[in-house]
Amino acid sequence: MYVTPHRRAKIALEKMIIGILIVSSMVAIFTTIGIVASVLFESLRFFAEVPILDFVFGLEWSPQTALRSDQVGSSGSFGAVPLFVGTLLISAIALFVAVPIGLFAAIYLAEYAHAQIRNWVKPLLEMLAGIPTVVYGFFAALVVAPWLRGTGAGFGVDISSESALAAGLVMGIMIIPFISSLSDDVITAVPQAMREGSLGLGATKSETIRKVLLPAALPGIMGSILLAASRAIGETMIVVMAAGLSANLTLNPFETVTAVTVQIVALLTGDQEFDSAKTLAAFALGLALFVTTLCLNIIAHHIVRKYREQYE
Amino acid sequence: MSDRKTNSELIEAGLARRYRAERRFKMYGIAATAVAMSFLVIVLVAIFVRGVGAFNQTQIAQVVFVDPELAKENDWQGMIKASLRETFPDVEDRKGKRLLYGLMSSGAGYDLQNMVQNDASLVGQKVQLWMPASDDVDMVMKGGVDRNQPESDRRISDQEFVWIDKLAADGMIELQFNTRFFTAGDSREPELAGIMGAAKGSFYTLVVCFLLSFPLGVMAAIYLEEFSPKNRWTDLIEVNINNLAAVPSIVFGLLGLAMFLNFFGLPRSASLVGGMVLALMTLPTIIIASRLALRSVPPSIREAALAVGASRLQTVLDHVLPLALPGMLTGAIIGMARALGETAPLLMIGMVAFIVDVPGNFTDPATALPVQIYLWADSPERAFTERTAAAIIVLLAFLIAMNVVAVILRKKFEQRW
Amino acid sequence: MALTISTEVSHSARQSDYSKSLSSKAAARKVNVYYGDKQALKDINIEIPECQVTALIGPSGCGKSTFLRCLNRMNDVIDGCRIEGEILLDGEDIYARGVDVVHLRARIGMVFQKPNPFPKSIYDNVAYGPKIHGIAKTRAEMDEIVFHSLEKVGLIDEVRDRMEAPGTSLSGGQQQRLCIARAIAVEPEVILMDEPCSALDPIATARIEELIDELKQNYTIVMVTHSMQQAARVSQKTAFFHMGELVEQGDTTDIFTKPQDERTLAYVTGRIG
Repeated sequence: MYVTPHRRAKIALEKMIIGILIVSSMVAIFTTIGIVASVLFESLRFFAEVPILDFVFGLEWSPQTALRSDQVGSSGSFGAVPLFVGTLLISAIALFVAVPIGLFAAIYLAEYAHAQIRNWVKPLLEMLAGIPTVVYGFFAALVVAPWLRGTGAGFGVDISSESALAAGLVMGIMIIPFISSLSDDVITAVPQAMREGSLGLGATKSETIRKVLLPAALPGIMGSILLAASRAIGETMIVVMAAGLSANLTLNPFETVTAVTVQIVALLTGDQEFDSAKTLAAFALGLALFVTTLCLNIIAHHIVRKYREQYE
Repeated sequence: MSDRKTNSELIEAGLARRYRAERRFKMYGIAATAVAMSFLVIVLVAIFVRGVGAFNQTQIAQVVFVDPELAKENDWQGMIKASLRETFPDVEDRKGKRLLYGLMSSGAGYDLQNMVQNDASLVGQKVQLWMPASDDVDMVMKGGVDRNQPESDRRISDQEFVWIDKLAADGMIELQFNTRFFTAGDSREPELAGIMGAAKGSFYTLVVCFLLSFPLGVMAAIYLEEFSPKNRWTDLIEVNINNLAAVPSIVFGLLGLAMFLNFFGLPRSASLVGGMVLALMTLPTIIIASRLALRSVPPSIREAALAVGASRLQTVLDHVLPLALPGMLTGAIIGMARALGETAPLLMIGMVAFIVDVPGNFTDPATALPVQIYLWADSPERAFTERTAAAIIVLLAFLIAMNVVAVILRKKFEQRW
Repeated sequence: MALTISTEVSHSARQSDYSKSLSSKAAARKVNVYYGDKQALKDINIEIPECQVTALIGPSGCGKSTFLRCLNRMNDVIDGCRIEGEILLDGEDIYARGVDVVHLRARIGMVFQKPNPFPKSIYDNVAYGPKIHGIAKTRAEMDEIVFHSLEKVGLIDEVRDRMEAPGTSLSGGQQQRLCIARAIAVEPEVILMDEPCSALDPIATARIEELIDELKQNYTIVMVTHSMQQAARVSQKTAFFHMGELVEQGDTTDIFTKPQDERTLAYVTGRIG
């Protein structure tokens, strides 16, 4: 009944094992710290050469003009606004496609579809999110962009072969499941008592959905849209393969634009010295990307959690 | 009372409009779902149609004299040129001969070389073998070139068509299954390019990813789910995990670049580093899935073990973990499937160079299947477009296989408590 | 197509006390209800008199809520639920082909066991019914309907100055009264109540019972309750259900003082329940 030496040794061993477990669970924190540290560190080195205000508010992005190593930072402009606008334009097009389709598909699956249809369609929709983004990039660049160009020419409209529209459309296809799955869950989560109360008063099904269920589920749906937007903003391969490389400050979807992630890839693949302002600029862009998506994700989770509390 | 009568009439009057709105609304829902499904079909079919041709490759049969002189100089292509001159003896001028030699792939010599190296007695003899045609001839055989186009607009001249037709009439040119696609590494010539290098690179990368992320993820999940007190630290860890799961993949690539390559000085382009970066990306997914698996084991199991005197650690390791393991493996397989398709982080750590050699171990420079697809997609040759789509088909096949295995695993070990 | 309202009959019915007790507002004839293969209700024949409170009592699981939901076709929303027989409203079968369910549910309102106000303002909760049915043409008309309904349930003084507050911010008893106001805003003829007080405290319960007593002057009320005392207090007619069968129905006092069937006797004396 008393603690024998054998037992004591076992207890010590167990404590050690649990210690290992604790360290494993800290890996997540270490990773976050690592990301923030590495991105921040390199960004600060960048901002030492290029003023942060020039970066955030500058309208001219042409980092390639610094050709000689002693020209670091002195020429080549690093105004990131065209990149931000390009990213937002493409993401906006993507949301424009994904939100109506995703939301209505969610409504249909949650409220109208038979269980059998739901069982088949829901996994198939998830497949859209499972297709690797490089495949979507190929599809956008080699199928959608030429098709758009040809169709545009038929209407007398000049659509660039690297248009924001091509990238945005395909990105929209990719994020449909983000909206439809989450919205389906939040709509289903609205208590049955709400539906019965509305139907009992003589409302039709669509009236119940439009006037009771959707307003009740709205926070959750907003959260899903924010998460989808965050995904779109951080997306790389589709824009690298389908959008352009040269910065172009425009809101016209038919024109070619470049995006933040495209520039990160362009600046870092290729043989450059790691210290030049160009490669450091990639980290500054990475910092902007990380901060933006982090904020969107935090807000989205906050909204969804508050919504869940309402019903529990 | 008269309220009721007028109410009834008012309700009556509005019914038709409301039912129309109902039908319209339902239609929108069905239409949206149908559109989304059709997107899926369109993407898959478009790729399949473009890629299925690459599984065949045009081969030309020739009887080649293994000239000992040329063999000493390793000029295998010269021997092939000689055999072509024999097949078409009336080609006299230099320009014509260059065109003739262009029918065959510039790498056709390697096949001949391999054959002779395996059997030295063939030197000085005539051998017959099938060799890959050039990518332009390949396109012709696959019906991709319009003969009616004016000659200056196409890549194949009328003269070449004559030769191809003669070879076809003699049965010396045909489409055969493209095994080279699966066995060869990358190449500048599309007819010689294969995915073996990329596939092996992906394999090594995924192995590293699994070996790092699965144990770490499971251990973290066990601690968080079974041992940790519910306090602010564990909340922080949870928030961190959820946030990491939503960080764009390219940011993980930046982390890999800054920390693994620059700070720790690990070799660039190695599958080891690729695996480490992907492991960090997959970790949150595995932790979340493993926690769910642990949570699904009912408390009665734990209570029974504790009641017979097992320590908490013994309870978890001997009783809970085995029951949760299938669920954890399912989550891991799905995580690996996602990691297989990732491209951006691998670009950041340099697995993007043109690498011909198939990697032999974890530190050789390598590329990965999705990166290979990205590189080939940039090439203007139609033959590369075909191969890109075919590589995508192979990638998707792996993904489907992995997901099917995960689903079967889940169904097989699904327990009803 | 909707049922025409025979206002002539209901008018004259309300005019004399004798004819009040004679005319059936609603009735069930040979009703059988199945959930899949399982039979929930067997051969139900019942008369629901106009402008009176009819209580449906019986042990839990005996099918009284199921029957109540048949009266306004709420069982239509449940997959696999099959109903045979006739349910008559003013003599016409509500399960006949061509009957408009939407209109029917405006004529037969429902109040649920657990108060379920919408996550909207108090005003919008009550205005919901009239709005979707297009009953109020102007804002002024709507204001009047909402005011009137809240007054009838005795809630108007408590919420007069916070009409925009969410319906869920009220207490349990107030929420239930709000749900009743919501139901009567469309001026139904029948109100179905499924254990309306079981989630409320005794004081709130008393107020609702008072309200029910007032409402029966203008509305026919069918109430499911598992409290015999409540049935005795509030209702004029009672029907006793047991294991899916309607065992006995009649005047409330008769059911409780001289029941005909021995099962009824066993239930009201507390031997089964």
